[in-house]
Amino acid sequence: MRVPILKQGDYVIASIQSALTDDDLLHLRDGLTSHVGQYRSKGVIVDVTALDVMDSFATRTVRDLAQTVRLRGAKTIIVGIQPEVAFAMVQLGLELGDVGTALDLEEALEWLHHECR
Amino acid sequence: MNAVDTVETYVEGDRAIPIVRDTDVVAARLAARALASRVGFMGTDLVLIASAVSEVARNIVAYAGPGEVILSVVQNRSRLGLQVIARDRGPGIADMSRALEKGFSTSRSLGLGLPGSKQFMDEFRLESTLGLGTTVTMRKWLS
Repeated sequence: MRVPILKQGDYVIASIQSALTDDDLLHLRDGLTSHVGQYRSKGVIVDVTALDVMDSFATRTVRDLAQTVRLRGAKTIIVGIQPEVAFAMVQLGLELGDVGTALDLEEALEWLHHECR
Repeated sequence: MNAVDTVETYVEGDRAIPIVRDTDVVAARLAARALASRVGFMGTDLVLIASAVSEVARNIVAYAGPGEVILSVVQNRSRLGLQVIARDRGPGIADMSRALEKGFSTSRSLGLGLPGSKQFMDEFRLESTLGLGTTVTMRKWLS
């Protein structure tokens, strides 16, 4: 299932609605990266509330996305990692590196406003 | 490597999910999560079971497809558990101890796929014959 990407002012927002395949994740990474260039966005928000797992592939793809987006001049923030998904990531030793995280969309927007000033 | 105990009873029939492409990886992990939930697993355990199935199924698609994931509810004495068998007829794994090392990966993942799953599961067995294929058997018991 493809993830819709919305433009909101200086930011682009991707809200994942269901479990994603590896191919969907790569498509999302590429889509967000090209949107950043197209709209000259300053920030990217990825809402993962509906994601069932953050396994090794999802974690790596999110880190790659954040790094690519940073090289394109924007910041990335991940929103809505569920508590049980967070516990599982810790137990599996999966790290997001220095990718920003927030509990919800509102907090993510606040963080971006601060970071992108 | 943990040995796999003799299981006294299979509580219900196997559910086999063919693994060919990456949509099958999602199907397998959602089915595993649903079955694990019916067995009585909750919260983080459900995510960890789904993650483990995701990793072994992804390995089949990436290296050795087609294959299958077989899910069963198992019982040993009074304990209920979930059994996951992931098998393929791919090239096999040349260096099995390295395949279970953290940080070792020959392709796309972080190299945390198999080691992470092995750590979480109560029983984990990796069998592989070069040229014939690989079978991973994992069990998680309800505590």
